[in-house]
Amino acid sequence: MTSTEPPARFGDLIASEWIKLRSLRSVLWTPLLVGLFVLGTAATAALADRDNPRVETEYLPFDAFPPTGWVTLMLAAGSIGAVTSVGEYSSGLIRTTTVAVPARASVVLAKAVVAGALWTALGAVLSVASFFLSQALLGSHGTSITHPGVLRGLLACTLVGPVCALVGLGLGVLIRHSATTMVVTTFTLLMLPMFFSTRRQWSADVNGMMTTSAWRRLVQTWEPGIQDGISPATVAGSWAAYALWPLLLTALAVLLVRRRDV
Amino acid sequence: MIEANELTKQYGGRTVVDHLSFTVRPGRVTGFLGPNGAGKTTTLRMILGLDTPAHGTATVNGVPFRTRSRGLRHVGALLDAGQVHPGRSATAHLSALARSNGIPLGRVPEVLREVGLTEAARRRVGGFSLGMKQRLGIATALLGDPPVLLFDEPINGMDPEGVLWVRGLFRRLAAEGRTVFLSSHLMSEMEHTADDLVVIGRGRLVAAEPVAGFAARSGRLGVLVRTPQPAQLAALLTAAGAEVAPDRAAGPERLRVTGLPADRIAALAFEHRILVQELTPYGASLEQAFMALTADSVEYPAGEPR
Repeated sequence: MTSTEPPARFGDLIASEWIKLRSLRSVLWTPLLVGLFVLGTAATAALADRDNPRVETEYLPFDAFPPTGWVTLMLAAGSIGAVTSVGEYSSGLIRTTTVAVPARASVVLAKAVVAGALWTALGAVLSVASFFLSQALLGSHGTSITHPGVLRGLLACTLVGPVCALVGLGLGVLIRHSATTMVVTTFTLLMLPMFFSTRRQWSADVNGMMTTSAWRRLVQTWEPGIQDGISPATVAGSWAAYALWPLLLTALAVLLVRRRDV
Repeated sequence: MIEANELTKQYGGRTVVDHLSFTVRPGRVTGFLGPNGAGKTTTLRMILGLDTPAHGTATVNGVPFRTRSRGLRHVGALLDAGQVHPGRSATAHLSALARSNGIPLGRVPEVLREVGLTEAARRRVGGFSLGMKQRLGIATALLGDPPVLLFDEPINGMDPEGVLWVRGLFRRLAAEGRTVFLSSHLMSEMEHTADDLVVIGRGRLVAAEPVAGFAARSGRLGVLVRTPQPAQLAALLTAAGAEVAPDRAAGPERLRVTGLPADRIAALAFEHRILVQELTPYGASLEQAFMALTADSVEYPAGEPR
């Protein structure tokens, strides 16, 4: 029986969550496949625009951010984020984890840090790779990374993974049931924006606060104008949506995980 | 040392654990007994801080377990062998737990060897048998070398060799001065393993005492007598103040006598020239004592008329 106990370090929890994450094969393969898919869609978009003389230069950087690819990444990040938390509840592992670490909120935060870091790293590599690949394929039409709005787009793509992963992770802790968590995560990321049309100002404003809509706004390298009297979402508002969703859900998760029986 | 003080828990208006108080001492194996649904698991969960009691407190070595920031060096627990991720290997599962508590990773192969899972260390837990999962659960409990160990139904799914091994392990852990608390719904399991018993029924305390005391208090001692003249001997012994019942299962010549020791029975038979062919003292089994004590507190009795 040990008499001396080392101090409880948050870094130990991060290391522990990293071991958990990398020891699941599906969690390793899915981001890799999603990454290849994103690059594939960027390449396809660039090839389609290369031979199209009517596409204005203003829109060419957008080939690096094809929604088919990046929305798929959002879905994957959301689902894997959800799996890292709800998987513990569905297998019952959460009880073993909670006996090992009675400080429950710290475990949730450690999971958030690991999921956030993993998807940020992947997002950074992928957004830069996807930009250079698409612009290289555009040949002489290709724009440079210093083109107005491009850096913002790259940052928006880098951060959309962690944002969605934290949304899924938080929902998993709140819902604690695998299938329901998956449905709600997918619904929140993909379907929810569709309920708020852009034909009324208030509805358009709510729509702009959704993660997918915020991403769409941030990767637009051109400035959208007022259409039918509806002003588009602002860049600042879209960044706020990026911050709000993960913060809100992580805070709720931390709050509830302390109060509920495991 | 585990102390439960007036522990109470309700689920959906139903009181599952009802003002339960008991102490589990170090250096001994304590059996936690009760029929299915008596509230054993809920009590263990409250001790481990997984469930918040509606009323009362539970402490482990004087401290509510939930207030610890890391747990494995204080308490080792096996609640349910299934509480692992099926996609991970035994090594990955234990490594993640060890790392979270700052336990050196070298401890992982040590505990795996201790529970006999060295060969299966790299295999996915999803393919483990129930007995192997129980061993992994025990390895998890041992990881932090804790002074207090809790096991919920640890023998479920183990083969006879495993049962023998695990009994020896519990005895050894107690001999090392640790507090060992085992739940079970089978008295026969505890008879060979536990020093002390905490018995509950419908969430209430039924008994808390050493196994020997429990047996003596609740078990009725008697003598099995075989004689070719059962009617005469029965009349004689009844007159001397004993209770006599024919042992129908054993045959017409056998009597079960309680209330008189074997030597008195032999002396009476000798005085009245009645031949006695067998005279065997017996103790009521702990299982019977347990059944008798908890009979009126069984949550889901079988064969109840509807």
